[in-house]
Amino acid sequence: METYRQRRALQALGDPTRREIFERLTDGPLAVGELAEELPVSRPAVSQHLKVLKDAGLVFDRASGTRRVYQVDPAAVAALREYFDSFWGQALASFRAAAESQPPTAENQPPTAENQPPDQEAP
Amino acid sequence: MTTDTAVRRTITVAVPPERAFTTFTAEFDRWWPRGHHIGQAALDEAVIEPREGGRWYERGVDGSECDWGKVLVWDPPARLVLGWQISSEWAYDADLWTELEVTFTAEGPNRTRVELEHRGLDAYGDQMEKMRESLDSDGGWRGLLEQFAAAAVES
Repeated sequence: METYRQRRALQALGDPTRREIFERLTDGPLAVGELAEELPVSRPAVSQHLKVLKDAGLVFDRASGTRRVYQVDPAAVAALREYFDSFWGQALASFRAAAESQPPTAENQPPTAENQPPDQEAP
Repeated sequence: MTTDTAVRRTITVAVPPERAFTTFTAEFDRWWPRGHHIGQAALDEAVIEPREGGRWYERGVDGSECDWGKVLVWDPPARLVLGWQISSEWAYDADLWTELEVTFTAEGPNRTRVELEHRGLDAYGDQMEKMRESLDSDGGWRGLLEQFAAAAVES
């Protein structure tokens, strides 16, 4: 479940407008209207982006007087690190399996393109 | 508390450094997780060019190529540094900059310690540190954590 959540967080930050919104929120909690005033996007669009950020666990909202303000979730950095930690753990396990098994071509067959000087051009 | 924006992983492989380095680079395509590609097309081949300043990239089954970044240090069989310019959505982003350093250290005749560091993860939200500071400085850190805990329990 954690992995799923981390993935959602990363995907959410992949969008430039959402990154911008997230960045604004790092300076302190803001309401939807305040964000819409500062950004070249409509209020409904801001709401939609906030929903994605919220679903991804990057921000949360709370009532502040009569307003509803959004603020960043301090666990976001931890989630990012966990995502990459898990990703590299998986990739390195795969790397070890490859390193410790004999490659099909490199050792006992004629050189492949990879073994030759890098002068070939991409098609 | 400082925010650590790097991820470190160590693995030991039962081969000499030369073999480990070759597997990591020339045979990159043999082990790279197939699901991790950024192009529209399915991954055909993942490539690390064997020189400083080279590219590392993927080629899709349709022949299209997508850059992942540059080879920054090429020092076989000891060390490799790659620029990792892949966004959180698995898309190349020239404005995004993180680094991947991999070192290969002999621990015996047939044993290599491979250490990987992916650093600069704060680029994914270059605001992360600022976020932490602003939260700390306005004294809202603890309250925020409590709210987060409450919200986490609710959902």
